[in-house]
Amino acid sequence: MALLDVRDLVVEFPTRHGTLTALSGISFSVDKGERVGIVGESGAGKSVAAFAILNLLSRPGRIAGGSITFEGQDLTQLSTQRMRAVRGNRISMIFQDPMMTLNPVLTIGTQMIETLKAHRDISEAEARRIAITRLGEVKIPSPEKRLDSYPHELSGGMRQRVVIAIALLTEPALIIADEPTTALDVTIQAEIMSLMLALCKSHGVGLILITHDLAVVSQVTQRVVVLYAGRVVESGETGRVVHNPVHPYTRGLLAALPGEAPPGARLTQIRGTMPSLNAIPEGCPFHPRCDYVQDRCRQAEPALDSLDGHLVRCVRAHELMAGQAA
Amino acid sequence: MAFVAFFIKRLLQAALVMFVISLIGFSIQDNLGDPLRELVGQSVSEAERQALRDEMGLNDPFLVQYWRFLGNAVQGDLGDSYFFKRPALEVIADKFPATLDLVIGATLIIVLVSIPMGCYCAIRPKDALARTVMGASIVGISIPVFLTAIFLIYVFSVNLGWLASFGRGENLVEILPGWETGFLTLEGLAHLVLPSIALSSIMLPLFIRLIRSEMMEVLEQDYIRFAWAKGLAPRRVWFLHAFKNTLLPVITVGGVQVGTMLAYTILTETVFQWPGLGFMFIEAVTRVDTPLIIAYIIVVGLIFVVTNTVVDLIYTMVNPTVRMVGAQT
Repeated sequence: MALLDVRDLVVEFPTRHGTLTALSGISFSVDKGERVGIVGESGAGKSVAAFAILNLLSRPGRIAGGSITFEGQDLTQLSTQRMRAVRGNRISMIFQDPMMTLNPVLTIGTQMIETLKAHRDISEAEARRIAITRLGEVKIPSPEKRLDSYPHELSGGMRQRVVIAIALLTEPALIIADEPTTALDVTIQAEIMSLMLALCKSHGVGLILITHDLAVVSQVTQRVVVLYAGRVVESGETGRVVHNPVHPYTRGLLAALPGEAPPGARLTQIRGTMPSLNAIPEGCPFHPRCDYVQDRCRQAEPALDSLDGHLVRCVRAHELMAGQAA
Repeated sequence: MAFVAFFIKRLLQAALVMFVISLIGFSIQDNLGDPLRELVGQSVSEAERQALRDEMGLNDPFLVQYWRFLGNAVQGDLGDSYFFKRPALEVIADKFPATLDLVIGATLIIVLVSIPMGCYCAIRPKDALARTVMGASIVGISIPVFLTAIFLIYVFSVNLGWLASFGRGENLVEILPGWETGFLTLEGLAHLVLPSIALSSIMLPLFIRLIRSEMMEVLEQDYIRFAWAKGLAPRRVWFLHAFKNTLLPVITVGGVQVGTMLAYTILTETVFQWPGLGFMFIEAVTRVDTPLIIAYIIVVGLIFVVTNTVVDLIYTMVNPTVRMVGAQT
């Protein structure tokens, strides 16, 4: 059985001008110790999916349908109390901007120890010892001293290490990392990412990596889910999706990677922009931006088809896979 | 070391502010009318008056007078009150405990009411109680202090007869030499309640609104979301993570408001016949008691400067990022 199984998850934001559907029935699963990437442009619903799992959607967002089964219980049905026992304990989260994630007026030690004490019945000294061990694991020099530091005394990279250490404190089964390196210097991004990968492997913890960077996804994850306008458009084993992408959107994302372009050449980009949630096109939501668009794409939204284990939401999936489409 | 540098810098700033206040305070005196008219009777001839003016140095050039005043002031002598025939500072020291009682009473009300109310309104902004408090606070800000005071007297002393409407009462306890307080006797408290409420009536709604809006902003921050994601109890997220960050701007505003509150004591003390500094100041103005007026301005200025310096020091203790700034400059 999967560690986390998200089925037909619908997230809505009721507003004065009608209800916006941020996620319209997405499904994916994460096995124990498995690393899954969720990719897509801004506004695709990646972060919404992450916060929905922890039931921490910002107001007025709400889960309007589907289920999130984690370690055998449906998180959407849990009481506030029981949900709190999952958050930061069985599922931890790493946020995008380490400059904003840590509370500026509390010491690193306070922010680590409180997490342990919220979930374990342990002494201050024991909590301190675990915190120091974790800070050591994320390669923070002289961890005992850092416990008394305030966040502003650390660099962005160091702060993200602290956040990773906090995420690992309670030996969770799953870590959700929401663009964990986007806000960091390019030189530090690779360092942090490989540190995360190593720690996930050594602790046997599952990872949901949310990013728009398919290059990172292919280095870190085993499976990948591509989101577009709140829908899964392609998902499957990372190697297969990255090397043989089928959906035109996934192809576009891959073509846009700087590494794919010869030096000095203009970078490729997907024309147009992600539709806003109150103006999702009829039919396939990607059709206005698609190079392979046909009349039928404007009529009805295609279903998510399985091409021996590789899921694609495109009416021309078979042609595209065989390389016949033009 | 950094702290000492910070402290010395603040001290120099404070001295500069006090110098400016003394200059302004002193330069008022020429515009307040002739002190001689109050000092001597009608029967004194013009020649005698002129002689008296010379003797008092009132005919010296402004700068000479100011220099003399400053020299005396740094030695703790702000001149003698014309009316009381005693050193002005002594008169102020006599009246000060009454005003201190009043300010402490009002501050207690503000702190004890605005913090829980402000937090509640921030945490449950759509709740009926929160909406009522926010609505009432608009009304509270809009009503002038003297109206609130008269209304309170009408309801609680005249109609219900529960609380005293004027003065401090007879039974006061001397807790420090020269400081009698009304906080320790029932009679003293009965006299303190209404003036304290009246004095707090403007600042209280302001602080409720300030705390609410600051806390609502803090609650939207990423570090609060992260605190929830760590599975912390709501109490800890609200009252440690959010509240400590809410306090920073509130402390700054609070320091400035202490000065404003002293200004409002003039109104409150007048309505309640409270024998404090504000009441004394109004009387001094009507009597053209120039030395007492100047002394009052300087003492209030000093209180203002001291509280602001103390607030800055508290701020550095609460906010870890300020300590660095203080060390560098």
